Amino acid sequence: MKKFTNNVNHMLTESLGGFEKAHQDLVSLQLEPTFITRKHKASNKVAIISGGGAGHEPLHAGFVGAGMLDAACPGQVFTSPTPDQMLAAAEAVHADKGILFIVKNYAGDVMNFEMAAEMLPYQLATVLTSDDCAVINSTYTEGRRGVAGTVIVEKCVGSIAETGADLATCKALGDKINAQTASIGVALTSCTVPAAGHPTFEISESEIEMGVGIHGEPGRKRESMREADVIVKDMVDAILTDLKPTRGSEILLLVNGLGATPLMELYLIYNTAEKLLTQNGMTIARSLVGNYTTAIDMAGASITVCILDDEIKHHWDSPVHTAALRWGV
Amino acid sequence: MSLQTIFICAAASAIHVAIIAHKPEIESLDQAIGDGDHYINVLRGAETIAGMTDELAPLAPDEALNKIAMKLLSTIGGASGPLFASFFMGMAKTIKHNGGSNYLDIAAAFAAGVQELIKRGKGKIGEKTMLDVLIPVAHQFIFSAIENKTKEEICIDIKAAADKGLESTRNLVATKGRAAGLGDRAIGHLDAGAKSCQVMITEVCTLSLKSNN
Repeated sequence: MKKFTNNVNHMLTESLGGFEKAHQDLVSLQLEPTFITRKHKASNKVAIISGGGAGHEPLHAGFVGAGMLDAACPGQVFTSPTPDQMLAAAEAVHADKGILFIVKNYAGDVMNFEMAAEMLPYQLATVLTSDDCAVINSTYTEGRRGVAGTVIVEKCVGSIAETGADLATCKALGDKINAQTASIGVALTSCTVPAAGHPTFEISESEIEMGVGIHGEPGRKRESMREADVIVKDMVDAILTDLKPTRGSEILLLVNGLGATPLMELYLIYNTAEKLLTQNGMTIARSLVGNYTTAIDMAGASITVCILDDEIKHHWDSPVHTAALRWGV
Repeated sequence: MSLQTIFICAAASAIHVAIIAHKPEIESLDQAIGDGDHYINVLRGAETIAGMTDELAPLAPDEALNKIAMKLLSTIGGASGPLFASFFMGMAKTIKHNGGSNYLDIAAAFAAGVQELIKRGKGKIGEKTMLDVLIPVAHQFIFSAIENKTKEEICIDIKAAADKGLESTRNLVATKGRAAGLGDRAIGHLDAGAKSCQVMITEVCTLSLKSNN
């Protein structure tokens, strides 16, 4: 393992320290328990709080700021944050209109946020994101995983909360977007959890993991490496099979890097995905390309499609001022 | 006999040492069919509790178990944090009620802990999780205690139940936890959570045989 570390046990704190200093106009960092809030507390709105294991940066701390999250609780690398973090974050950002948790659907995240919700004396709701269509929902699985589609949920729910919408309205928009969004990832290499010091899984030069999760969890199947157009076609087909959008649908196309794949390749993927989706009768009305939901240093990418309507488009376009997303300001 | 806080502290230290000793096994299992963080999380919890001896020693057993639960909840994270915390909360509640003054009381408290864990994780037996060890052990503990077996016999029975439960995870398809997306690929591997529970339970039995608790 070759990484920029001083002491792996201090990595998260040192990185968050840098994050706070680099974005001191936007965010404040609290330690013990650890959470990030906006620099200036918002009032008269539902407080939107998210969180999850570190290693997916810029998710979630990079989305704290005007128009998006009020607070984020980072856990250890690939490990859910703990209820004391959520309780402290909720106390810090609560603004009398209730609290909405946005939680990716993993057992650990769900249970820790659930325990925090049971302990908090406020009106509270949770949006669970589960956009990963690589995991087939059945009685044999715990349900789909929340991956890059979470960014779209956080952006739009953050936007509607700024309008003073009540808790039920914010939750309803989050649930709607989640239901209209599907993602699938592919890994070319493993990732290395710093504290483990070696790659999470073995994969040869000639293999890819189709349907990989953002922690390096295996996905649908191990396949042989092929040219990009063929891989992207399989990914787009998986999404279309899952979402079943009607011809003529307007969509948001997000091509997300998993950490070690350069933008040059992400745009190449976008190029192919755009062509295939257009051929299938979709209109790509909005787009985003970059590293938004990563898996530490994994080489690979995910494709996310969200079926748009006027409400989602409006809240996607509204101003946002965070470390990782910034427009209209 | 009755459950003593000094035994709880000794068990915490013994578990910490045992988890470190089994690092390669636990880690490689989680890397095969999990996401590779289970060992680190369990170690972080074990290390923290082992370091709390001074804080725990003056407390009554149920208070010590509750304190352990709260500490685990804020240090482990992941799924293990709420699950282990729920276990110790359930155990504490029952010990407070029955005093833990014989093996049947302790068995009942262990079972209550497992029941809280089941409620939190919404799990059941046969899903390739730690419950495949914990549920058979809880049953066996009560069966053996109710038959008035000796401590030696109870420990042998519990260890056997833990080993058998662990082995049962080998040929299961995971339907809970992070291996759940794997389908048939999880077959042939033991579950890492079941393994760490088996290690802890075996260690506490070994310690019990050496002590008067």
